[in-house]
Amino acid sequence: MADVNRGNRPLSPHLQVYRLPLAAITSILNRITGVGMTLAAVLIVWWFAAGAFSAEYFATVDGLLTSWIGNLILFGSLWALWYHMLNSIRHLIWDTGRMMDVEIVEKSSYVVLGASVVMTLVTVIIVI
Amino acid sequence: MGYRTDYARVHGHGAAGEGVGHWWSQRLTSIALVPLTLLFIFPFGRALGNGHEAFVATYSNLWHALVAVLFMAAAFAHLMQGLQVVIEDYVSTKGLRTALLIANTLLCWALGIAGILSVATVLFSA
Repeated sequence: MADVNRGNRPLSPHLQVYRLPLAAITSILNRITGVGMTLAAVLIVWWFAAGAFSAEYFATVDGLLTSWIGNLILFGSLWALWYHMLNSIRHLIWDTGRMMDVEIVEKSSYVVLGASVVMTLVTVIIVI
Repeated sequence: MGYRTDYARVHGHGAAGEGVGHWWSQRLTSIALVPLTLLFIFPFGRALGNGHEAFVATYSNLWHALVAVLFMAAAFAHLMQGLQVVIEDYVSTKGLRTALLIANTLLCWALGIAGILSVATVLFSA
């Protein structure tokens, strides 16, 4: 059959121009933050073990965790923690079948993203 | 098994043969982690970078030690379940997949117990 409409057809979804919908981005971010926090979990156990071992060893590990690279990892993990918690609460609500309409998912995605950033900054201000 | 019908043998077990056990367990640990995380991060954040004395002062307190132990137990159980699903989803090479699943289970148990034992050491030696 001759394709009379060649070149004038919609090309969606197209791999090179396809943008993940917000719901897909927030979904994969939950996995990324969860896996990412593994590093912080190891560091924090190391910190506790060092503290139980001796004051000298604690100073070494504590110094490492509060160095610029340690602070960067922990600050990133703090955001990951808030994001993962807030988005997972949304997942728990979805598990009951509530709040699943597209517009509500779109709105709550922005709420989760915004609140995770705000809560990260609030936590840093409180503990510093 | 011999007298059970085919339906009775498979009912509720799904493709993985364990029903909703894993899914449900992950929900349980996630619910537990909401209050435990909120209780854990602030004393932890204050003790971080404040020297060994502040660390000992915080975790020789029974309340803070209890929160830390419960948090670690729930967090490492949850991490183990989560990483297991990620490995199962993305690693399809059979040998590597089995090796990673074994490493995940052993390391999460080891790290969780190491963390809990460390808090207990501080609590009981203060």
